[in-house]
Amino acid sequence: MRRVTIEGFAEIPPVDRDLDHDEVEGVRITTAGALEQAGLGRDDVDFVCSGSCDYVMGRPFSFAMAVDGIGAWPPKAESHVEMDGAWALYEAWVALQCGDIDVALVYAFGRSSLCDVGEVERMVLDPYTLAPLGIDSLSLAALQARSLMEAGASERDFANVVARNLRAAGEAVDVQTLLAAPLVRDPLRAHDGARRTDSTAAIVLRADGVGPAITGIAHAVDAHHPGMRDLTRAPSAAAACAAAGGTRGVEIAELHTPYAHQDLILRRALDLSEAVQINPTGGSFVADTPMVTGLARIGAAARAVREGAGKALAHVTAGPLLQQNLVCVLEAS
Amino acid sequence: MDRSRFVAPFVLQYSYKRSLGPVLSQFATALRDGRILGAVGSEGRVLVPPVEADPATGASVGRLVEVGPAGTVMSWTWVEEPGDTDPLDRPFGWAAIQLDGASTQLLHAVDVARDALKVGLRVQPRWSDERSGTILDIACFEAVGATVVIHPSEGEPVTCFEAPTRIGYTVFAGAVTADFLEALCEGRLVGRRCPGCQKVYVPPRGSCPTCALAMEEPVEVAQVGTVTAFSVVRIPFEGQRLEPPYACAHVLLDGADVPLLHIVGGCEVDDVEVGMRVEAVWADPIEPTLASIHFFRPVA
Repeated sequence: MRRVTIEGFAEIPPVDRDLDHDEVEGVRITTAGALEQAGLGRDDVDFVCSGSCDYVMGRPFSFAMAVDGIGAWPPKAESHVEMDGAWALYEAWVALQCGDIDVALVYAFGRSSLCDVGEVERMVLDPYTLAPLGIDSLSLAALQARSLMEAGASERDFANVVARNLRAAGEAVDVQTLLAAPLVRDPLRAHDGARRTDSTAAIVLRADGVGPAITGIAHAVDAHHPGMRDLTRAPSAAAACAAAGGTRGVEIAELHTPYAHQDLILRRALDLSEAVQINPTGGSFVADTPMVTGLARIGAAARAVREGAGKALAHVTAGPLLQQNLVCVLEAS
Repeated sequence: MDRSRFVAPFVLQYSYKRSLGPVLSQFATALRDGRILGAVGSEGRVLVPPVEADPATGASVGRLVEVGPAGTVMSWTWVEEPGDTDPLDRPFGWAAIQLDGASTQLLHAVDVARDALKVGLRVQPRWSDERSGTILDIACFEAVGATVVIHPSEGEPVTCFEAPTRIGYTVFAGAVTADFLEALCEGRLVGRRCPGCQKVYVPPRGSCPTCALAMEEPVEVAQVGTVTAFSVVRIPFEGQRLEPPYACAHVLLDGADVPLLHIVGGCEVDDVEVGMRVEAVWADPIEPTLASIHFFRPVA
């Protein structure tokens, strides 16, 4: 295995609605920022890979337009995944493993403010037997949450996760107040869903650089139809974690949890002990930008290592109810 | 400047005809006929709704068998205020339902009182009056014991179905395009210059697509330019603004370095030629859209 390091990470700070930057702007600013942090220029980049979704952006080939943000000259080998940028990073990591290239630039952009993201999420459901029902993503999440409660969890457990994330983000919140909020989709309340945002993020990968090293990265997938799975478990998260080397020694974990109760499922799947600090600043739960949050989790984990953590883990999910999961483990070089 | 002025609704809407394949075709045909089928997967598991391969093993499924129609609620939630896409127009539940004989759960709507909905509730399908071979042939599930009505419905095997899609967006112009539209509303064409290659783009971009540098310097360009390329549109299509034939053209405005895609009018289409000098003909009143230039006509 070639040692691949994260040399730079930049993001447009997530906001509810960003009217200042279009996607090209965001890509230009973040890719330039990540390269500057890496001490590299555009000339040094061998490969560019991006993650985004046309349905999120509301226009076809939005990813092709966004390429303007990296500049047409000098020309680059370029690729794209219609997924969270974390999978674009995975593709870049594979390309670096192949040995033909030394520097890769990865970026992701997305918005929650252009449409009801739930409508886009509905489009990833089985188009034959599930999507035609019109079920919304919060209702699906509620079915998963109730399955967890049947297995012993409580609404208070969910509220504790919400409170922990919000407090980490610097907000004063108490569990009693959370539990007093109305049920929007029994047993879930509005605050049980992650806060949706607009943002852009970019990461620079390098073979044998000096930044945090990717010591393991893997992804796995479970059955597509939620009714085919035990929704209280995330076997693909466990499989990805094992393939990425496991969690022994991990000090900080950035978990991608579109819903609070999924924190409980992931802790178990990833075998995270109480000693592991989860989402030190609230993480994806306070800023969930479609197609960006995962890449930003890897960036946040790299930042944690840069700031002194010995080992950090980033988790990213896609698909309905934790269907697909990616785990990336980072250690100091 | 008020940026929200350049925010607009946009609807993405289309329909796919989805073919069903051998397994789902049997499932859909059975729904049309008022029955529910599951596929026998690995180790005898019965998968409902059926899939072509067992997700646990990847092995192709075997024959399809009839399941239910009654089943048990394994998980549920409640929708107090149904929306446009919901299958019922009054408060209802969503449930994961394990049909009798099935190893997996079907998700569907349940029409019972809220306090009756619980894990373990026995439910049965309420069939739609008209069935065409989709999951909506089951209107919803209801408590076991209600009178079962299955209107007869038959025909050829169902092999495909119509899957409409609709997403509503609120799009915004972005700061750079908003500046352009603001000037456009005053009857001016204002582009931006790249600090690297010095090229002037009209309409402007925030970022030079060649150099990836921020383009901040505004440059007003002329409303007169030169046709650098054109194509005559002779066939009609949906959403067409003009009656064919007409000429689409690249117009390089004096002072700009990148041509603007627009329409040449005010002359016979056969008279349009590369190198022709043209000028903008404005609409009145001007709206914040490039269509406020009706077309470019030959300079007299």
